[in-house]
Amino acid sequence: MHSTLRRGTVYGTLLNHADALAALGPAVHAPPYKAPPKAPVLYIKPRNTWAGEGDAIVVPAGESQLEIGATLGLVIGRTACRVREQEALSFVAGCVIVNDVSVPHASYYRPSLRFKARDGFCPIGPFVAFETLGSVDALQVQVEVDGVIVHRSSTAGLLRPAARLLCEVSEFMTLSPGDVLMLGVAAGAPLARAGQRVGILIDGLGRLGNTLVAEEVGA
Amino acid sequence: MSRLARVAFGGAIHSAVPHARGLQLADGRVLAEDQVVWLPPFEVGTIIALGINYADHAKELAKELTIGAKDEPLAFLKAPNSLIGHRGFTRRPADASFMHYECELAVVIGRSAKSVNRADALAHVAGYSVANDYAVRDYLENWYRPNLRVKNRDGGTVLGPWLVDAAEVPDPHTLELRTLVNGKITQRGNTRDLINDVPALIEYLSSFMTLSPGDVILTGTPEGVAGVNVGDEVVTEIDGIGSLHSTIVGDDAFGR
Repeated sequence: MHSTLRRGTVYGTLLNHADALAALGPAVHAPPYKAPPKAPVLYIKPRNTWAGEGDAIVVPAGESQLEIGATLGLVIGRTACRVREQEALSFVAGCVIVNDVSVPHASYYRPSLRFKARDGFCPIGPFVAFETLGSVDALQVQVEVDGVIVHRSSTAGLLRPAARLLCEVSEFMTLSPGDVLMLGVAAGAPLARAGQRVGILIDGLGRLGNTLVAEEVGA
Repeated sequence: MSRLARVAFGGAIHSAVPHARGLQLADGRVLAEDQVVWLPPFEVGTIIALGINYADHAKELAKELTIGAKDEPLAFLKAPNSLIGHRGFTRRPADASFMHYECELAVVIGRSAKSVNRADALAHVAGYSVANDYAVRDYLENWYRPNLRVKNRDGGTVLGPWLVDAAEVPDPHTLELRTLVNGKITQRGNTRDLINDVPALIEYLSSFMTLSPGDVILTGTPEGVAGVNVGDEVVTEIDGIGSLHSTIVGDDAFGR
């Protein structure tokens, strides 16, 4: 994180990749969803989930694998309330790589906090100033497991690109300096198990690496 | 400390305690309730809220529940943008047809809690407060319910007036709650009817997430939620904890 910005709230964005929504197929029209999402679908990664480069990600007892959710996070630089799409990116101080870790789960209707809010489930990489990136609308995002690239996506595949997302989110909630807004994870997020090393690489942002470890039962 | 508020007055933020004429700042000044700006009564960390945690409210919502009763508590998260203090103003969007209050007991964590047993849970509680967890029902979608556009709107989580020390509340499960809209009682309940009581919630949450001092659990609301309109004065109160006031304003107050 930028030295002058204290981290605020970390927001995840669900199904913002066209392929992630498409992967649900006709299910989006069936119960319990009944219709595709209209507004951005958001959730919060609370402070107990925050971690950094190199930190261990604990695979809870009873789970064999975790989903590695690779995404870019926009770091807000100044208070953003009802920002227009055309000026939205001027409210962004910089970007970070976020590993939005989840216990794999099938339903997005009312997922349990247990799936996304566990301790250490949100490693966040170093801050890169926005002006050094220029644009975040066509960056390649890669996930490696034990050094092998297993997943590739691009921020070009977003239903709501960064500026549009900020505009729509800030219509009903004010984002403050230090808040992080993830752009969203692409379809087919890879799985990894205890003992494996995972890395997320994003153009211009470098790499965020972590290792999965098994939970010590009874600890 | 038995009960504390945080208020803004005379260009600074102060800690305050109750006084016969209103409240008293730590520096000795005695002020009327309407002379200060009331802030949420403590530095708030993670905000965890419960859906459908009173048996009667579950029945009330039965029509729109598309899943059956579950053993696991329905918990979701909110963020500080939504917080507002006692006597604050909350916006009701003009396009909304149903915005409602929710009177809730707020449980404030005082000691780090990880994998805490039910028997030890209350030792991790610093104190209690009152919350009014407004929802704008029109924006409810079936993705990550209740979605943030319903529940995490600016100024939609009223908290206060006081943080009441846990020592003053020997049993948090015998507290009468009620909501008054323009002086008329519209909601009544008692924390004895919580489906997941306070120790159960701390045990459940701390089984996968470390709770830290300042984290707050909004324990859910009983039946009797009703719509609010611009100009309404809404009071959510819990006996022994506090009486939390809130005013509904329109888009025009925000230049919309």
